[in-house]
Amino acid sequence: MTNSQFVVLKDVAKRWNGQLGVEDISLEIPEGSFTALLGPSGCGKSTTLRLLAGLELPDEGQILIDGKDVTTSAASDRNLSMVFQSYALFPHLSVTENVVFGLKVRRVPKAERQEKLHRALEITGLLGYENRKPGELSGGQRQRVALARAIVAGQRLCLMDEPLSNLDAKLRNSVRKDIKKLQRDLGITVIYVTHDQTEAMSMADTVVLMKDGHIQQVGTPEDLYSRPNNIFVAEFVGAPPMALLQSTAPDGFGEGKTIGIRAENIQIVPKGEGRMCCTVNESEFLGAETLIGLDHADATGLCVLKPGMATMAEGTEIEINFHDDNLHIFDGAGQRLPD
Amino acid sequence: MSAHANLERRRQAIYGWLLLSPAMVLLTVFAFYPSIATLWSSLFSRHTRRNPTEFVGTENYADLFADPTFWLVVKNNLLYAGITIPVSIFIALSMALWANSKISARGFVRTAYFTPTVLPMIAAANLWLFFYTPGLGVLDQIGSLFGLPSVNWLGQPETALWAIIIVTIWKEAGFFMIFYLAALQTIPEDLKEAADIEGTSRWTYTRRIVLPLLMPTTLFIAVNAMINSVKLIDHLFILTKGGPSDASKLILYYIWEMAFAFFDAPHAAAITVLVIAVLGVVAAVQFLYLDKRTHYQ
Repeated sequence: MTNSQFVVLKDVAKRWNGQLGVEDISLEIPEGSFTALLGPSGCGKSTTLRLLAGLELPDEGQILIDGKDVTTSAASDRNLSMVFQSYALFPHLSVTENVVFGLKVRRVPKAERQEKLHRALEITGLLGYENRKPGELSGGQRQRVALARAIVAGQRLCLMDEPLSNLDAKLRNSVRKDIKKLQRDLGITVIYVTHDQTEAMSMADTVVLMKDGHIQQVGTPEDLYSRPNNIFVAEFVGAPPMALLQSTAPDGFGEGKTIGIRAENIQIVPKGEGRMCCTVNESEFLGAETLIGLDHADATGLCVLKPGMATMAEGTEIEINFHDDNLHIFDGAGQRLPD
Repeated sequence: MSAHANLERRRQAIYGWLLLSPAMVLLTVFAFYPSIATLWSSLFSRHTRRNPTEFVGTENYADLFADPTFWLVVKNNLLYAGITIPVSIFIALSMALWANSKISARGFVRTAYFTPTVLPMIAAANLWLFFYTPGLGVLDQIGSLFGLPSVNWLGQPETALWAIIIVTIWKEAGFFMIFYLAALQTIPEDLKEAADIEGTSRWTYTRRIVLPLLMPTTLFIAVNAMINSVKLIDHLFILTKGGPSDASKLILYYIWEMAFAFFDAPHAAAITVLVIAVLGVVAAVQFLYLDKRTHYQ
């Protein structure tokens, strides 16, 4: 039943006036999955989504949705719905009119329209707000109207362009769960653009990490976290980011390579038992644990996590230890070397 | 209340009055006082050497209502407003929608449309005088290429008012287009994209989304166009002087004629009062009725 090639991009490229937009984008997205396009701003994730939606046309490559070549199809012929970052609600129309706008355009009979509207409002918890205008709703409610509009269309593919970025942090957390639940309950395929790795890692089955118009790594959140393809992925994913050491810093790794290690894999050990000697440069109390930043001449971003409240004085000399199994080794070009 | 709070309140009040006073002084001197003075003088008879001014009540108004020229001018002005307002709004909207879309030479198109507005009224009227002149005029020159007879567009009662109407539309449409263009820029691009994904046709999008969002602008333009329609006078001076046989005479020209050609100030004041009253009522209806059905962002 599930189609493992529901959405396919083949060598898609889009350039703006000869400048790089996205290049060599190849992806296969199975039906019913939740895929996040993640990356810093300007990495091409939104462009990729807009290419999928048909709001832009690719310069090269091929796009297939549900086995149909839609590379040059109009947006409306691709059988998808979209949630915009700004929500793109029609400001002069009520919640009801906003939600059923598309159904009206497609001349869905009135009884069916009412039924779908009721269901969509029920799912999104908007019953009772039918006659409000977007201007009379809070940010979270507007966001739910945008979701309801996507749900009511009944399409199997839903594209979301940073739908949570206009919400405050607390609301973002709860809506994140709502969206994930919605996707599971309805069994739809969601492609979700975000620059927030927490969103991507917590919601997605597959994360596509992009940089400068190129895909850096495609994999499960676990893959990206524990088997980063290259130094960019290693540094982008996870908070605090992975520390990078020159391979000459600890003994036995040769030259010209980079070693990555995460804070939770480093232990502070008594003098004389450690593999490296560092200086404490800051202590940051996070609540459940304390993050201790370390200075070392051949390392960047080195830090260690200690449980509870355990700040250390700045300038303290300490020794650290780590296990070889927890190291990520990258070659001179920044690519991951086989374990 | 403590003394310093009281002082602060007084200070705020003085501050408020100071901010209000410049506008209040200007409006009183140049709008409120003249309006009341006009109303007042419309109730008195005309001053001549033999007959001094005396209070006549509504007699001046009764004279006007009995005057066929007055009714002809009113009819002319209604026709003039009834044609120029909707047509110039429609043309302005069409031009704005076009000039806002992704066409080449967009800047040129916008400038071209706006040029009539930039031209001084008198210069524009002279330009059109050249178009309309029988025999020499551009219209006749073009007509003669096809063997059509020479027409004195401004010189015959059947066409004179229409000639004026066309000049007004030409002049107003570009001006109103600028307002529409500005309003169109405020409609976010992603509304169009959201509509596209739903498969909305261009026409449906324009009718269901763009036009309602432009309603505040349309209302503003309609009120302005209405006021302009009783304010037109410069074109008439150049083009027809209200003639022939009052066929193209409009209200303001009639008032001017009454006051400064016939030196009959009381009657001129009476017409002015009528015009202000009618404009006030129409503007109130437009704002009170249409405002409720208009979405403001």
